[in-house]
Amino acid sequence: MTTTTLAVLVPLLPFLAAAAGLLLGRTTPGLVRPLAVLPTLAALVLAALVAVRQGGGRALEAHTELTPTGSVPIDLALDIDGFAALVAVLVAFVATCVQIYSTGYLRDDPRYPSYAALVSLFTSAMLLVVYSGDLIVLLVGWEVMGICSYFLVGHYWETPEARAASLKAFLVTKLGDVPFLIGLFALGTDAGSFDIRRVLGAVADGGIGHPTVIALLLLAGVAGKSAQFPLHTWLPDAMAGPTPVSALIHAATMVAAGVYFVARLLPLFEASRAAMVVLAVMAAVTMTGSGLAALAQDDIKRVLAYSTIGQLGYMTGALAVGDRGAAVFHLLSHGAFKALLFLAAGVIIHAAGTNSLAAMSRMGHLRERVPDAYWTMTVALLALAAVPPFSGFFSKESVLGAAEHVATGHTAQAPGAAGWLVLVAGLLTALLTAAYATRLWLLAFRGRGAEAPDHGRQPLTMTVVLWVLAVPSLAFGGLAYRVLPGWLDGRDLTPTALTSILGTGLAVVGGLLTYGAWQRTTALAARVPLGAVAAHPEGDAGLVEAEAIASHEPAYGDIARAPDPADPGRLLLGPLHRHAAAGFHLDAAYSALFVRPVEAGARLVRFLDREVVDTYVRGAAALPRLLGAAVRRAQTGNVQTYVSALLAGTVVLAVAVLLVATGA
Amino acid sequence: MHLAYPAVLSALLFCTGLYGVLARRNAILVLMSVELMLNAVNLNLVAFDVWLSRAAEETLHSGQALTLFTIAVAAAEIGIGLAIVLAVYRNRGTSDIDRLRDTAEGHGDDTEGPDTDAPAAEKAEATA
Repeated sequence: MTTTTLAVLVPLLPFLAAAAGLLLGRTTPGLVRPLAVLPTLAALVLAALVAVRQGGGRALEAHTELTPTGSVPIDLALDIDGFAALVAVLVAFVATCVQIYSTGYLRDDPRYPSYAALVSLFTSAMLLVVYSGDLIVLLVGWEVMGICSYFLVGHYWETPEARAASLKAFLVTKLGDVPFLIGLFALGTDAGSFDIRRVLGAVADGGIGHPTVIALLLLAGVAGKSAQFPLHTWLPDAMAGPTPVSALIHAATMVAAGVYFVARLLPLFEASRAAMVVLAVMAAVTMTGSGLAALAQDDIKRVLAYSTIGQLGYMTGALAVGDRGAAVFHLLSHGAFKALLFLAAGVIIHAAGTNSLAAMSRMGHLRERVPDAYWTMTVALLALAAVPPFSGFFSKESVLGAAEHVATGHTAQAPGAAGWLVLVAGLLTALLTAAYATRLWLLAFRGRGAEAPDHGRQPLTMTVVLWVLAVPSLAFGGLAYRVLPGWLDGRDLTPTALTSILGTGLAVVGGLLTYGAWQRTTALAARVPLGAVAAHPEGDAGLVEAEAIASHEPAYGDIARAPDPADPGRLLLGPLHRHAAAGFHLDAAYSALFVRPVEAGARLVRFLDREVVDTYVRGAAALPRLLGAAVRRAQTGNVQTYVSALLAGTVVLAVAVLLVATGA
Repeated sequence: MHLAYPAVLSALLFCTGLYGVLARRNAILVLMSVELMLNAVNLNLVAFDVWLSRAAEETLHSGQALTLFTIAVAAAEIGIGLAIVLAVYRNRGTSDIDRLRDTAEGHGDDTEGPDTDAPAAEKAEATA
């Protein structure tokens, strides 16, 4: 088979699996699991094969016009360069892991068939986005991912949190997608084509009339999809979905689509210095803000969600300094270790029966209960905190190195201010990342107190996947930073000495600070009993998690935080803790700025409709009703009366005709 | 015989029938009155047919033929009518048209009024 055929099969196989899963899921439950896992696995093999054949060399291109569409043609186009080949391998890899993990995680879930089909559909859409060489086809995949995200976040739709979160995720990303669509049209009109190659050619020739406007419109969509400030608020709430979904969609793939999109069209963004500065500001605010917020969260998955936002901030930061190689490098390593973090968190939530770190810190021997999750999560947290030699270290240092490169004025492709912004925010975030990673580890695994409830041994499908994902988290960065430049832009990704020492030093400081704070506060934990635990020894992990999510607010008073004085984050953040836990009140601000005016407008329209328009309608009906009431009185029900009236009418008519006929 | 005699007779018959339909309360009597009116028309048909065909060279006597039709239809109609009256009587225990006011519009109290003094009136009717 040619490489093109293989590449077409990569998104096609999961799509067919999704269609078959939706059609057959109810009638033949035995087929659901193979249908979920095998096509995704085949897609992974094919994507790896495509990557090997492509080999980082010339981009593989193929396109066919399905139908003439008028002025600007829309082609079914493939455009696979080194970026696309590698990201596709990551997507297929994480999707396969998640599908295998889900067979154990949602073992007894009655809605598993539709869940697995939607995950397959999502995988297919993401692979389409990655491979597509046409912006409109890319948009199709982009939107299909959005709707899959909506359905999957709302998987536990019995809980109000999940319903609200799925709606919020959908609406907020759509808020970004509308400008994104307009930006795509503007770009297509300016460049005369939706083909990425030709668009980039037009950018190189200076054929784009308004690069700043287009870049900013596109950035809105990217901010929505990649959960960047100010459209990031949906991601922490989206944690109300099942953990494997969070791992796949809200950590490794969909949220990385925005970064990947900017990486593909980076020359367009570089054409506008304003867009690069906006990108840098967005990245800096996102990074530091999410780092602070992550330190204050109580839900283990919300910590990871804010961490994802922060790591995506690193990627957009790398793009803001014009180094897409570093951005995609971080995307790849982050995809692996963040998926691992989420999947391990799923195991922990199942074993502990709660998603609250405060409750876990009052639980003894959780470490011994889930040794696989303990070891793999330790690896992933070290990678997250960018401790050498774990993979996160190399990718993060490549980002910081690129920022330093620009800040010191070595290149002209990005403004120096953007370099400084990203560098300073990146170093600060390195400190915060290490702090919240340490806090998460200490609270989850170093708790003291009563035994955790026994949920039995974790299914093999869940623990094996953790070890599979631990390999790239451990070794990918160190092995790849020499090889990857050949696949990506060819720019050096080796960590520079200065930023490495600074970044690692700050990470160590952050970790030690948290450890010190934890030692001071941990004694308080025994004095303040806290915690609500869902115990279902027979149930699968999904059931336990759904219950844990639903019970967090009633048990602790808030979905994001717990009144826990033993939390080291409380000591570290001081008075900032309250605001950080609420995500710096951005939701409240949006509610005041957008939700309430809309609701007030709706109330006004309702009033106008019910009280004003309807009054006219009712008034118009009053006179006919009066006449009707008068006429109705004639209906006595007595047939003889009617016949008499008929006779009288006939006589009158006959007399009239006679009079007319005789001419009287 | 001059046309005036049967015409006047038929007019009288028709008026008698009309009076019966408008004034009688018993449904059977109303039906009988309807028969009177029909027969008045039949008489007219026959009389005019004879009068008109006197002048014509040849005629189909369509008036008289139509009379036969009318008689047949009237027989069927009265059969159905009587069956309905019978059914109504079995159902309601009365065949008084004044009390069969289900098609009256809305206000139940409007029809209640005449109903209360209906029995007395019915007796008067029966003796008349």
